[in-house]
Amino acid sequence: MKYKTIVEDNIDILVCGAGLGGTGAAFEARYWGQDKKIVIAEKANIDRSGAVAQGLYAINCYMGTRFGENNPEDHVRYARIDLMGMVREDLLFDMARHVDSTVHLFDDWGLPLMKNPKTGSYLREGRWQIMIHGESYKPIVADAAKKSADQVFNRICVTHLLMDDAKENRVAGAVGFNVRTGNYHVFKSKTVVVAAGGASNIFKPRSVGEGAGRVWYAPWSSGSAYGLLINAGAKMTQMENRIVLARFKDGYGPVGAYFLHLKTYTCNGQGEEYESKWWPSLQEIVGKEYLDPEVSHLSHRPIPTCLRNHAFISEVNAGRGPIHMVTMEAFQDPHLEEIGWHNFLGMTVGQAVLWASTDVDPKYENPELTTSEPYVMGSHATGCGAWCSGPEDLSPPEYYWGYNRMTTVEGLFGAGDAVGGTPHAFSSGSFTEGRIAAKAACKYIDDGKANGISVSEAQIDRRKEEIYKPMETYRVFRNEITAGDVNPNYINPRQALDRLQKLMDEYAGGVTVSYMTNEKLLLIGLKKLKLLEEDLEKVAAENIHELLRAWEIKHRHLTSEAVVQHTLFRKETRWPGYYYRGDHMKVDDENWHVLTVSRRDPETGEYTMEKAPCYHLVDVDKKETDAA
Amino acid sequence: MPTFVYMTRCDGCGHCVDICPSDIMHIDTTTRRAYNIEPNMCWECYSCVKACPHQAIDVRGYADFAPLGHSVRVKRDEEKGVIAWRIKFRNGKKDMDLLAPITTKPWGSGTHVLSEEDAPTDAQRDSQNLFNEPKYIRFDDGEVHTLKSNGLEMRKGVAH
Repeated sequence: MKYKTIVEDNIDILVCGAGLGGTGAAFEARYWGQDKKIVIAEKANIDRSGAVAQGLYAINCYMGTRFGENNPEDHVRYARIDLMGMVREDLLFDMARHVDSTVHLFDDWGLPLMKNPKTGSYLREGRWQIMIHGESYKPIVADAAKKSADQVFNRICVTHLLMDDAKENRVAGAVGFNVRTGNYHVFKSKTVVVAAGGASNIFKPRSVGEGAGRVWYAPWSSGSAYGLLINAGAKMTQMENRIVLARFKDGYGPVGAYFLHLKTYTCNGQGEEYESKWWPSLQEIVGKEYLDPEVSHLSHRPIPTCLRNHAFISEVNAGRGPIHMVTMEAFQDPHLEEIGWHNFLGMTVGQAVLWASTDVDPKYENPELTTSEPYVMGSHATGCGAWCSGPEDLSPPEYYWGYNRMTTVEGLFGAGDAVGGTPHAFSSGSFTEGRIAAKAACKYIDDGKANGISVSEAQIDRRKEEIYKPMETYRVFRNEITAGDVNPNYINPRQALDRLQKLMDEYAGGVTVSYMTNEKLLLIGLKKLKLLEEDLEKVAAENIHELLRAWEIKHRHLTSEAVVQHTLFRKETRWPGYYYRGDHMKVDDENWHVLTVSRRDPETGEYTMEKAPCYHLVDVDKKETDAA
Repeated sequence: MPTFVYMTRCDGCGHCVDICPSDIMHIDTTTRRAYNIEPNMCWECYSCVKACPHQAIDVRGYADFAPLGHSVRVKRDEEKGVIAWRIKFRNGKKDMDLLAPITTKPWGSGTHVLSEEDAPTDAQRDSQNLFNEPKYIRFDDGEVHTLKSNGLEMRKGVAH
């Protein structure tokens, strides 16, 4: 084979994927491991990689504890309510008690955070959100990570984790290829922090053609956080908990600042408020415990994101669309108008492009909203990811096995989208999780847990052959046909992605079926995913760029299979508005107030599903808890 | 919409290739200039547009929903620490200039160099503190929050 093998040995902490989680891990690792070798492997360029590549206009997770605004447990309760109870409260509390120190680091580093001129505290957009001029958020945090890391390998697509051949279920590094040179890269490492991204583009998008790139989550978020971990045999949790976003139509521009800061609101096509009329029927599905508009009104308890989606979807299906964002009032104020535009330019430029091209001036016209195709990730209002240990001082026995944020594979840690059960971490919380994981990884090494790791040449050679197989397939079969992409021996990565999106959409609750699925549909979906898996063995790559796409679709496929397995396992409709199990149309707390945990056997591909207890934080001195 | 490249402005320097998060800005082997090889994997994130030293890259909204005749241009200046935008509507009725800061410090100067910090003590290693903590995480001078300090416990099961 013409590609060289490049081995980087004796790494202590390998960070796979350097978005906000990975940069946090690389940065912090230097403090606790001043003598340690810290290496980053990143698919793109860390200056503009991950979900924050184009910037952000808000930091959505900041407690403000030093200003007396919130305590960590307040945020835990908020995330719990928003996710219908299904969260890891030890991990959430842990993230929330550290996140403020992260945000103040960003301030020190030069990220422009807006200040409240009266109090000197950060300018609030909402209870948890603060406003920033964050166009350069990513290059700034990348700079901090670069100063900590011994080496940054940009443009390395990590395809697999290496496993220790001396001790079972222990990680030993990772392998991948350089998307420029094509060279095979082997990283031998004592610990690995997987901080890769969640998954866009696994459900058929609403857009067609060119616009398929205008997904809500970045198109380069290829589910590698899950693909890498599942393939290593790590347990996953809450993978059924995909998210659907209510956003500005087509451009998927964010609505947070519009609701919270500009005080815009929604109405149906006839100009009427529509949400409240859906609450009584929705209450029959979820129960008064999860939806009580009166209590919400009095206590400012939020109505869960999924339930608000449900009202949106139901109103549209009842024929009273489109749903509009009422901007015409707020935009009369020139200051607010400017913020409305800056908000897009800072994080979703495509929405500004769309309004410019369609002459939508929100000052004179209320723009349309839509609900997106589903996404699988773990740091927004959703908590897909790996089943990780919590910290020793917070976690009950079922949630604790020695090292904070360590997966069920020894030495393998997670951060950001990779960690399950921790929604509402957003950018600052993901960075914080990376910091927490890095400290724990250093301790794991210092405790001698990584001694005696051995990686056989056979494993390295086997992975190399596997990685380049799509190029070999292309080479062998290309000239059997005259020209074009229609070949009886292989499919290309785009064809595979189209098939994945179609089947996930139709069988696992995508937009074309109004997010509806059931056991029969899911079983058919699993069967088709198995066939796709067989065809992915025959995926062909004409060049190194297509090889990148081939491995992205393989990671997306592994992610999708986990989503379907988990959706099948949870026999209830826990999050109406995210998806519906038509055969179990209610929240079922008696049987399903639990976290779902899965493991895919890397040898056989067989799934094992289990329920894990859901623990909630309660006040010690209260006899009756008011946790939910 | 993806991005496209003006023939007369691009000199094939490859800054866009180097920065594109989606690996879709490549150099054409015939013209030796950059182009978008996979528009349906473009997020319109403008990373390449901002990185181009010749303003050779622009964006034309996604063909499946954006009509022609609009413009959203940008100039990002690390030295001055600002980013300038200009938005022009299709009908010509709106033409906005918007300016925002991108940093509060001289570029590249603000971040911590942790290798230069004093090594943490054993007590810090055994604590729950991260670097620089407990600074900034409390209203008072106390330590990192725990269940005990906040009067909490973890209880299994449904908790309404």
